[in-house]
Amino acid sequence: MAALTMTRPTVDREHAVRWLRSNAVWVAIVLVVVVDAFVINNFFSVSNLRVQLYAVTPTFVVALGMAVVIGTKGIDLSVGAVIALAAAIVPIALSHHLAIILLLLLVLVGGAVSGTVVGSMVAIARVQPIIASLSIMIGLRGLAVIMNGSADKSVTDPFITGFGGGLWLGQPRMAYVAVVLALIVAFLVRRTTFGRSLTAIGDNREAAQLAGLPVRRVLILVYVLCGVLAAIAGVMITGNQGQATPSAAGMSFELFAITAVVVGGTPLEGGEVRIFGTAAGAVLMQLITASLTQEQVQSDYLLIVQGAIVLLAVYATMKRKLR
Amino acid sequence: MSVPTTVRPATELAEEGSGRRERLTATIQQLGGVGMLVIVVVVASAVSHDKFGFATKGNFETIVSGSAFTGLLALGMTFVIISGGIDLSVGSVFALGGVLAARGAQHGTWTAILYPLVFCAFFGLVQGVVIARFRMPPFIVTLAGLSIARGLEQVVTKDGNTTYQIKPGSVFLTFGGGTWRAIAIFVVAFALGALLLQATRFGQALFAIGGNENAALLMGVPIARTKVLVYVLSATLAGAGGALNASRSLAGPVTVGTGFELTAIAATVIGGTLLAGGAGSVSGTAAGVLLLAVISNLIGRYLSDYGSAASDAVNGGFLALVIVLQAYLTRVQRIQQ
Repeated sequence: MAALTMTRPTVDREHAVRWLRSNAVWVAIVLVVVVDAFVINNFFSVSNLRVQLYAVTPTFVVALGMAVVIGTKGIDLSVGAVIALAAAIVPIALSHHLAIILLLLLVLVGGAVSGTVVGSMVAIARVQPIIASLSIMIGLRGLAVIMNGSADKSVTDPFITGFGGGLWLGQPRMAYVAVVLALIVAFLVRRTTFGRSLTAIGDNREAAQLAGLPVRRVLILVYVLCGVLAAIAGVMITGNQGQATPSAAGMSFELFAITAVVVGGTPLEGGEVRIFGTAAGAVLMQLITASLTQEQVQSDYLLIVQGAIVLLAVYATMKRKLR
Repeated sequence: MSVPTTVRPATELAEEGSGRRERLTATIQQLGGVGMLVIVVVVASAVSHDKFGFATKGNFETIVSGSAFTGLLALGMTFVIISGGIDLSVGSVFALGGVLAARGAQHGTWTAILYPLVFCAFFGLVQGVVIARFRMPPFIVTLAGLSIARGLEQVVTKDGNTTYQIKPGSVFLTFGGGTWRAIAIFVVAFALGALLLQATRFGQALFAIGGNENAALLMGVPIARTKVLVYVLSATLAGAGGALNASRSLAGPVTVGTGFELTAIAATVIGGTLLAGGAGSVSGTAAGVLLLAVISNLIGRYLSDYGSAASDAVNGGFLALVIVLQAYLTRVQRIQQ
């Protein structure tokens, strides 16, 4: 390695920088794990793994959808509100004694409808994604709170609480679900026409249009996918808390999800979706949160650290021509 | 839908779209917010009977004075959006300004004024430099800023456990108190804002940058300096709004400001400022601020069971309609130009 650096310094340095840029998150995880191994008692234990997985899974599921949206050069700020919507639908469906499969379907349809609205605004009306999803973010949470009524409702249905709080083989059930979802999304992105189209749109929408890709349909589907994933995360959160709180559920999740995606190395300029990088980004942010709270660092510094990490990550993943 | 809409020859479109239609869309764009405000107020006044008391002097005073300080966020947002950017941090900076003012008021009136203004201006400066010099997307920088400003506010308040009360008798309390003083601040701030936007080099530079940054660069507009200044302005206005709010509420409220950036953006956009940048007006934003305030006032009267949730739902839906309409209107204009 050293010899190579001396003979062809420029090329190798560029190579190293590029490698570091796309894999910085893994390096950071290793560093944090090494630190945590010392500062957190029983860091390498099944119970700690369980704690971390409970905390990271809903964020990761939301971030999966966000990664796909960001791949199209978009952004979806409405995911937190979709979580609130899911939290509002669950107790209403339960109070009507709906079969659990219908309940889940209803929640997913809720997320899909929200995604369709945002997607149509982006794809057909050509509104900027940030503002399209912002309007839905404001409106949808208001709607969810109205649907739920003033009081938070407790959710005791065994399936829902099991989905969010239950264990399989000593680990959270929802973590397994998230892994399956990640594999599905990874398959969609890498192995299907849909996946190819969405990254093509992210690279250059006009070119994709001229190449004859169904730009509108793909874009709408991308936002639908994001909405559905956020709705699933909403069921997880509701089940985990055993309570539906549309006024607070999913608050700031758009920020957490975007953070996970950009920390995972996905550029905001679109054209690239990194599923496993996103998983790593979500895990890294959770580990940092865990180690800071473990060290009794107050939540104020946590917010500052998170903000700084987002900035660094975005700067690092920015494409060269933009710098 | 595989045929792209842009392949039609420009000449054909220019002939087809007459000047009248172009002017009409431009008028709707500019005066839509004011028109909506007038319509809503007139209809609500006509419909509401005395028992609801919408069309009373007292209620109008409440509406204007109640939205005066948060209106400053929308004023700053107008400048930022015209320059083609966005500032998501204003809600947190509003809270930070309030807490700093209340803390400063422990030492005297001058510190109560200077703490929030200087610190928030510095916060805006950092955001502006990161956006202008490192060319990072404004929304992600200010999204991180939202988080960081909230964290700083928590640091000042010892993790939200300290609420600084302003001593009763303090001169600082006179700034934000009272109905008419708030209304005067609202009017003066927006008048100065309109002047800054329309009659200064800075204002024209904002339009130029938002319209076409590369063209502005070639014209010799100082891009980086203008961009940095606009974020300084936005953060300073947000800090001032928070400080005034603290003065009005006799303390530095810790949990205030969440989601205020959304209302500010909504008011700006409803007022006819283009999200793509390059077009907008301060008077439109004033109308947007008042329109949202009127709507939430009406909802408070008729749908009081749901309170802010109902206004959020209405505001969100309204914003969605306006931006879709705006997208179509601007497309008509773009094609015709």
